Amino acid sequence: VSPVSASHSQLIYDALKGCGIRLMSALPETWLVHLIRLAEDDPEMILVRLAKEEEGVGLSAGAHLAGVKSAMLMQNHGFLASVNGIVSCAQLYRIPLLMLISHRGEFGERDPWQTEGGGVTEEVLRALRIPYALLDQPGHVAHRIAKAQTLALSSNKPVALLLCRDLMWED
Amino acid sequence: MRRLDALTAVYPHFRDSVVVTIMGAVAAELQSLGHRPNFFYLQHAMGLASSMGLGIALTRPERQVVVFDGDGSVLMNLGGLTTLARYRPRNLVHVVFDNESLLSVGGFPTATSTGSDLAAIAAAAGVPRAATVTTVDGFETAFAEALAARDLTTLVAKVEAVGPARFVTDLGLLENRFSFARALQREQTT
Repeated sequence: VSPVSASHSQLIYDALKGCGIRLMSALPETWLVHLIRLAEDDPEMILVRLAKEEEGVGLSAGAHLAGVKSAMLMQNHGFLASVNGIVSCAQLYRIPLLMLISHRGEFGERDPWQTEGGGVTEEVLRALRIPYALLDQPGHVAHRIAKAQTLALSSNKPVALLLCRDLMWED
Repeated sequence: MRRLDALTAVYPHFRDSVVVTIMGAVAAELQSLGHRPNFFYLQHAMGLASSMGLGIALTRPERQVVVFDGDGSVLMNLGGLTTLARYRPRNLVHVVFDNESLLSVGGFPTATSTGSDLAAIAAAAGVPRAATVTTVDGFETAFAEALAARDLTTLVAKVEAVGPARFVTDLGLLENRFSFARALQREQTT
């Protein structure tokens, strides 16, 4: 049995659906397995599996200009790999992005290879002036996702939600 | 062939298409032929024009989407070819103007100048229709065939490394972005 929380993944997915998200781009990562499967099994959702996360910025930009709401699922290392696209596509052209980023490398991280990205993720978000919030308890998932999406759409800018270990992992 | 002549030859097809271009010479030359509200120029974010085209093609399957890419841009997002092929939007024609150089930053040669074959890479990535053309007539014919085929096509057009004198035009980036979105969404509701 995977220690990734199925019930909290469902909560996140339902909140995204509640915001009208119809397209999700994703690059597989352990914590995102249930979310990706939920999107794959949902006939109302267009799931696009990427080769590299930065492609998702282009996909979301195209979907937004076409009038369709989208979200990006990625690990914080994928966010780091997407920075140029975020700056020179989404910020330059005032494209709202709803980025759900698994926040690896926090306290409790056991994988040595995940430990550098965690320490710089929030600093990079701040340097890019991207508003963000942590999702670390089930009680605030739905309204934080809804409020993040509201700000993304009103500001026409990227926003980020960091999916934390306490929410995503059950052990 | 010159890119401007290739664009001129297929320009009549753009009336009913959604067009996304990369930055630099392609954007400036298409604007010199006449901007339309259904044209979007991604003036940075090299590599992402094809990803934007995919986002539009998947969410608006009733619209024909045309992406004008370049060798330098495709080389920055080769993985994107595998994503295009994986989802195979039948309403997307992906043109790559290959001048074997990064023209707008001084003409430095790209890897296509030493033999990397972008049409072969696209075909190997799984793009169902991929070809290289070297003449304006060949491009015009292949482009019309791609539209008629109703299937994902990557068309590599070998062009001379020449471009316009200036890349900056009087169309603001955000003006283009908001009017393009409005045009695309207005068509959806009618």
